[in-house]
Amino acid sequence: MREINVSDIVENIKEMCIEANHFLADDMICAMKNAVNTEKSPLGQQILCQLQDNLKIAGEDMIPICQDTGMAVIFVEIGQDVHFVGGDLETAINEGVRQGYTEGYLRKSVVKDPLIRENTKDNTPAIIHYDIVPGDKVKLTVAPKGFGSENMSRVFMLKPADGIEGVKEAVLTAVRDAGPNACPPMVVGVGIGGTFEKCAIMAKKALTRAVNERSTIPYVKDLEEELLETINKTGIGPAGLGGTTTALAVNINTYPTHIAGLPVGVNICCHVNRHAQRII
Amino acid sequence: MEQYIQAPISASDAKKLKAGEYVYITGTIYTARDAAHKRMYEALEKGEKLPIDIKDNIIYYMGPSPARENRPIGSAGPTTSSRMDKYAPALMDLGLIGMIGKGKRSAAVKEAIVRNGAVYFAAVGGAGALLSKAIKSSEVIAYDDLGTEAIRKLEVEKFPVIVVIDSKGNDLYETAVEEYCKL
Repeated sequence: MREINVSDIVENIKEMCIEANHFLADDMICAMKNAVNTEKSPLGQQILCQLQDNLKIAGEDMIPICQDTGMAVIFVEIGQDVHFVGGDLETAINEGVRQGYTEGYLRKSVVKDPLIRENTKDNTPAIIHYDIVPGDKVKLTVAPKGFGSENMSRVFMLKPADGIEGVKEAVLTAVRDAGPNACPPMVVGVGIGGTFEKCAIMAKKALTRAVNERSTIPYVKDLEEELLETINKTGIGPAGLGGTTTALAVNINTYPTHIAGLPVGVNICCHVNRHAQRII
Repeated sequence: MEQYIQAPISASDAKKLKAGEYVYITGTIYTARDAAHKRMYEALEKGEKLPIDIKDNIIYYMGPSPARENRPIGSAGPTTSSRMDKYAPALMDLGLIGMIGKGKRSAAVKEAIVRNGAVYFAAVGGAGALLSKAIKSSEVIAYDDLGTEAIRKLEVEKFPVIVVIDSKGNDLYETAVEEYCKL
């Protein structure tokens, strides 16, 4: 049994909130750079160059890449041989978010109640997904999620008879409906299978996978590549103003499902696809 | 084609702008997003005055991140405009001439744009750090309690935008996407 003091969690979450909102991970930096060279539309290319400048200014001047610094989505993979001491884990995670968003000059975008809509003023609570895994480490992923693209995300409860063609149609429908609203070039996270909530969480988690990393399941890898190619033929382009770079990647996760169902979650993310990761 | 315009803008200048043009705005603009629009709309319904004179003015759909010391503003990119569609026609009918945001607009908003000779610009979404550099000062002038959603008066210099819907109703989101669609 390994003991971890929750004060370590507070500190790490705080730093990761600030880091994720000012610096993209290497996979995203690389994909954004490549897009400048492959985009066919002159206006699209100009926009992608602006986004390069934006990333540079964000890092150098410590101005968040996007003013929507998101709701803090946090994946916590806890080794089953870990024992947390010094307080409760959930309070520690939210304290880290509170400190990160306050001390890091990040926008407070969370309201206390979905209908009464009073701002909590510290961006808490976070959305936390816990997984218990073997081992004595804790893996933290902080993925602040902006709502321009979140609002364009969908869950489709398809029929088994809809098959793979139905899945393709669903993803394409979500991307087309998102269009310029989701700040393309997008990253498309897809969860296929499981249940209503499982496919949505898989789609969210798929967004935290590096954009240059394909699925290890051969048919899923092919589907990711085919969908990316099709999405980039929609013409939506950078900022939705026409072009050949509509998405940077399609990341798909799958899970067993029920004999009667084929759930598909499509979580759309803008080009500010933030994911900071640490293992403690 | 690139254009340089001074804000506020007159109706005759707004009519000269064409969908697809790259425009740099210098002058005074105002910010308002969801909560401020709701409040302005409710004020109008009650027959009250708006907290700003919107005639010939441009509203930027934006809620910034907090400013660091000695800076006018934090990250300051556009939010999705369609959430303001319910409120925008009434404001245009009162003289609002321009809107800056991102994303598609409703048929009712397009009609109001044509009816009033107004214009809808897009700023590049997710470029908030870059766009903040064109903002020289920022002052909360109404609804302070709304935090990031308060109405701000901004002084901007060469603020980069693209004309998406012009006063004739041309919509760049439709035409430009068609040009590159290969499906």
